[in-house]
Amino acid sequence: MHVRFLVAGDTALAVEFGDRIERALSERVLRLSAAVRASATPGVLETVPTYRSLMVHYDPLATDSAQLVAAIEKLLDSTREVAQETRLWRLPASYAAAHAPDLEAVAERTGFSTGEVVRLHADTCFHVYMIGFVPGFPYMGDLPASLVLPRREDPRVKVPAGSIAIAGTQTAVYPIESPGGWHLIGATPIRLFDARSARPSLLRPGDQVRFEPVGASDYAAICAAVEAGDYQVCCETVRA
Amino acid sequence: MQALEVVAPGPHTTVQDLGRIGFQDVGVPASGALDRVSLRLANALVGNRPGAPALEMLLQGPTLKVLADSVRVALVGCSAGIEIRSGSGRSVPAGRSVRLTRGEIFRVGALGDSVCAYLAIEGGPDVPQALGSASTYVRGCIGGLHGRRFRKLDVLPLVRGAADVRPERMLPRPFDLELDQPVRVVLGPQADYFTDEAVHTFLSSEYTVSTQADRMGYRLEGPALAHAKGYNIVSDGIVSGAVQVPGSGRPIVLMVDNQTTGGYPKIATVISADIPVVGRRRPGRAIRFLAVEVHEAERLRRAQEAALQQETDAIRTFE
Repeated sequence: MHVRFLVAGDTALAVEFGDRIERALSERVLRLSAAVRASATPGVLETVPTYRSLMVHYDPLATDSAQLVAAIEKLLDSTREVAQETRLWRLPASYAAAHAPDLEAVAERTGFSTGEVVRLHADTCFHVYMIGFVPGFPYMGDLPASLVLPRREDPRVKVPAGSIAIAGTQTAVYPIESPGGWHLIGATPIRLFDARSARPSLLRPGDQVRFEPVGASDYAAICAAVEAGDYQVCCETVRA
Repeated sequence: MQALEVVAPGPHTTVQDLGRIGFQDVGVPASGALDRVSLRLANALVGNRPGAPALEMLLQGPTLKVLADSVRVALVGCSAGIEIRSGSGRSVPAGRSVRLTRGEIFRVGALGDSVCAYLAIEGGPDVPQALGSASTYVRGCIGGLHGRRFRKLDVLPLVRGAADVRPERMLPRPFDLELDQPVRVVLGPQADYFTDEAVHTFLSSEYTVSTQADRMGYRLEGPALAHAKGYNIVSDGIVSGAVQVPGSGRPIVLMVDNQTTGGYPKIATVISADIPVVGRRRPGRAIRFLAVEVHEAERLRRAQEAALQQETDAIRTFE
């Protein structure tokens, strides 16, 4: 597919691969992001992968748009499809009513029982497309087609931290309390973002995530362990 | 103790430097000063490195008490000055450094024409680096003094407990707030999501900064802009200065605490040299946009850096 370079002022350049939410596009974005970072192209400050494009932020005193386009074109030629290793996270999740204010409504609207909605969600291995909205907020997909719903008509002013939510083809975890219009179907005790850490976000674009249902007593125990700082989130390396 | 005590915080006072690099991919905006030109000049006046953290104040400044043997401060970015309460009271205009001693109370009142101004402190505030920067990102509770704006009775620790006795410094000429200068933009990244008429309207109309303006974005009032292909795009990256147009058709200039990604089309992007110009413009002020090509934007930024260097080199001492 044709790659477009979109000028975003004199400090950023968007490299656009398409205009859909699609795994194949995301893989290309992530490959280019890794290649740009590895290349140490002068003037590049950081790269931000999104669903279908890579935002390259640069210092206009160290490079310019034309030089950057030329450098990235070269990298596009050299980035081939190679099997990459990715991280698979298993996040404990409670789908209990207390943590899932919208689960009943989602079940009703999709024609499933609440148990079936949970099973469909927990049986899916999600891909982290991008992180945005607030620090550490992962946009993950794809949700089974039978669970796809538009956002709530009435967004909440406050969504509790840890809420697991769905909207469209996506699922997410709210890392901090924030306003939100997604349907809340569960919660995880895991902290997705810690500004005191040098690597503040648990997840990175390109990671995989599975939600593992836990009962009330396990959930409470994990909460306590997270609070005490001695909970290790399960993470393994898999071939993408 | 070497600190400044916050007697009155002002509506929005935070610690800012030149911003945070390297965490936008996990949703953390760059933050930093709305007006990096004023920040750098204020730092130069007190002998700090250009990117040292300083106090950013919006609309009105704080009242502070010196809890150190002495401090040297300088204010840049507004027409207001530093009012010193001790003795018979005195006032130091913006663009000059001044040394204050223990127990003295000083304030910066209403900023006047500008919406933001910077108070640099010799040696700087002693706040920890958070993700590589001292800048405060209030929404994420990251950086600065406890990740938030100042509150009454906060104590801001200082790196230095005493300021050298030496001649004070002043800017070579009054600082130009560029309140009537057109704001230059590069069209895109999604100008093609708008009708030709909308692009023409955007570039030929006068907009006004609305009261819904904060470090995240300045919402503008003025003619609505018609989308040609709807107002939703698949989310992509956002850079500070992006002019985003949601369904209402009213443009929003995203500023330094901008979300890192978003799903509204962006008709244009304010050039980096002019982000401080927008940053200073207070609610009610007019904004006109002028389109330039990206290579011209890059040239203007280099020219701005050269001018800033000249201005810094021309700083004079006085007794």
